[in-house]
Amino acid sequence: MIFKGNTWKFGNNIDTDAIIPARYLNTSDPEELATHCMEDADPDFMKKMIRGDIIVAGENFGCGSSREHAPIAIKAAGISCVIAKTFARIFYRNAFNMGLPIFESNDLWDRISKGQEIEVDTDTGTIIISGTEEEPLTVGPIPPFMQELIRDGGLMKHIVANRKSI
Amino acid sequence: MGMTITEKILCRHTEHIEVQPGMLINAKVDIALGNDITAPIAVFEFREAGGTTIFDKEKVVFVLDHFTPNKDISSARQCKLLREFARQQDMKYFYEGGECGVEHALLPEQGIVLPGDLIIGADSHTCTYGALGAFATGVGSTDLAAAMLTGKCWFRVPETMKFVLNGPMNKWVSGKDLILYIIGQIGVDGARYKAMEFTGDTVRELTMADRMSIANMAIEAGGKNGIFAPDDITKAFVEKRARRSYTFYESDPDAGYASITEIDVTKIEPQVALPHIPSNVKGISQVGNIKIDQSYIGSCTNGCIEDLRVAALILKNRKAAPDVRLIIVPATPEIYRQAMQEGLFEIFLDANAIISPPTCGACLGGHMGILAEGERCIATTNRNFIGRMGHPGSKVYLSNPAVAAASAVAGRIAGPDEL
Repeated sequence: MIFKGNTWKFGNNIDTDAIIPARYLNTSDPEELATHCMEDADPDFMKKMIRGDIIVAGENFGCGSSREHAPIAIKAAGISCVIAKTFARIFYRNAFNMGLPIFESNDLWDRISKGQEIEVDTDTGTIIISGTEEEPLTVGPIPPFMQELIRDGGLMKHIVANRKSI
Repeated sequence: MGMTITEKILCRHTEHIEVQPGMLINAKVDIALGNDITAPIAVFEFREAGGTTIFDKEKVVFVLDHFTPNKDISSARQCKLLREFARQQDMKYFYEGGECGVEHALLPEQGIVLPGDLIIGADSHTCTYGALGAFATGVGSTDLAAAMLTGKCWFRVPETMKFVLNGPMNKWVSGKDLILYIIGQIGVDGARYKAMEFTGDTVRELTMADRMSIANMAIEAGGKNGIFAPDDITKAFVEKRARRSYTFYESDPDAGYASITEIDVTKIEPQVALPHIPSNVKGISQVGNIKIDQSYIGSCTNGCIEDLRVAALILKNRKAAPDVRLIIVPATPEIYRQAMQEGLFEIFLDANAIISPPTCGACLGGHMGILAEGERCIATTNRNFIGRMGHPGSKVYLSNPAVAAASAVAGRIAGPDEL
């Protein structure tokens, strides 16, 4: 699978309150949540981004509250994937459980400038920064169980699929 | 090699003889918890997957504590959805209205979570129950849905970081200060993916409320769980509350740890986490002159009767400063009633405090004390990221109840000894 898009850079410790503030948690509707994606990190984000864009972040992306509304908002907004140096634990689980593609890369953030286009190839596990001669970067390996969740379309579908095969 | 208490509890909820860090397991849960903002998604996912009956009507718990009493129409709708589901499923533990309290204070108080349990909750502060010697961790709504369907949750067994707390606490220092100190030292991802195990002679003097404050904020260091080995204090707390049997586990002497950190508690004064991250921690003597607009005393971190008593001790015969809104939130109806019966409400009302019903309220920027742009609040809550309590241009300072109460009187961030 290929993800190709322009990047939005965010720093370290982007917490889930910044991704989707609590004042919007009186709804579970993905489309509604999407309109407020990243609002307290960048109030104009949803005015500027386009579907297929990629979020690139520093350490500990998605820290703080467990709210699954955070990856839901990001996915529904049309962000194709999130690449961070590291992810907070609950956000990491949630992303794989509900189907938001996420990757770890220690080097990408330092190499790109805002808006720069990148291409992520999940089959080869590489990231190409468009318009440069730089060597492709490698994404951190996705653990086998996480790969199963992606293949099956999330945790619930994985559970249902496994039940059927018993 | 032996196992840590975290590894043991995880292991005993699987078919494995032993587990090691890094192993992927599928464990049976004793309790699966959701609230009014996280459970609606879980119910949807549960039904979408073909779920009709939850795996055990005594093990799935809903506490409607975040945006309640219903803060607006959308919140009312979410609560209605959960109420109808709970009735349809004949759930034993469904809390709302006059029985409802802040979930992480309510479940231990009601004996619903017990030593040796494996608990997941669609709320990041589920780690609070580690205070009782349980494995308890926050998860998302889909994990909750999966547990509602199967009674199980997947985990990667974490490594454990041991924190050895040594020495007696100084005056006005409590569990909240110890965990703020630790988070200040290791950072908000210092314990990422790891279990935080708290031991040492200081633990013997920590009340269950202190232990809950500490375990509650394990997530703020990125921890998977926080945990204390059960002891006589645990026994005294649970034996009168437990509704079923429980097990005391402890780490083996030859268990393996990712790190062992010795902490000299005698060097710790009351701590304050400054905006906008829980690790931006300073001792109260280093904070300087910071005027406040609001003081918020409550939350799952510090809403117990012990916390309210400390606040009352400082507020007695004093008033909140004229420009300070002082909001006090007993965490459960039992705590609320007890505070009233002990005369604490007289003290709070005489101090011009607002006494809120039990609710998560302003802790997460829901209701009951939201901040405008430029306002500053000292709070006994657990998180102070940008916009946490209201406008993104507001500022939240985290502290223990003694400092929050003293600050309300002083009109600026202050320790009790400054009054």
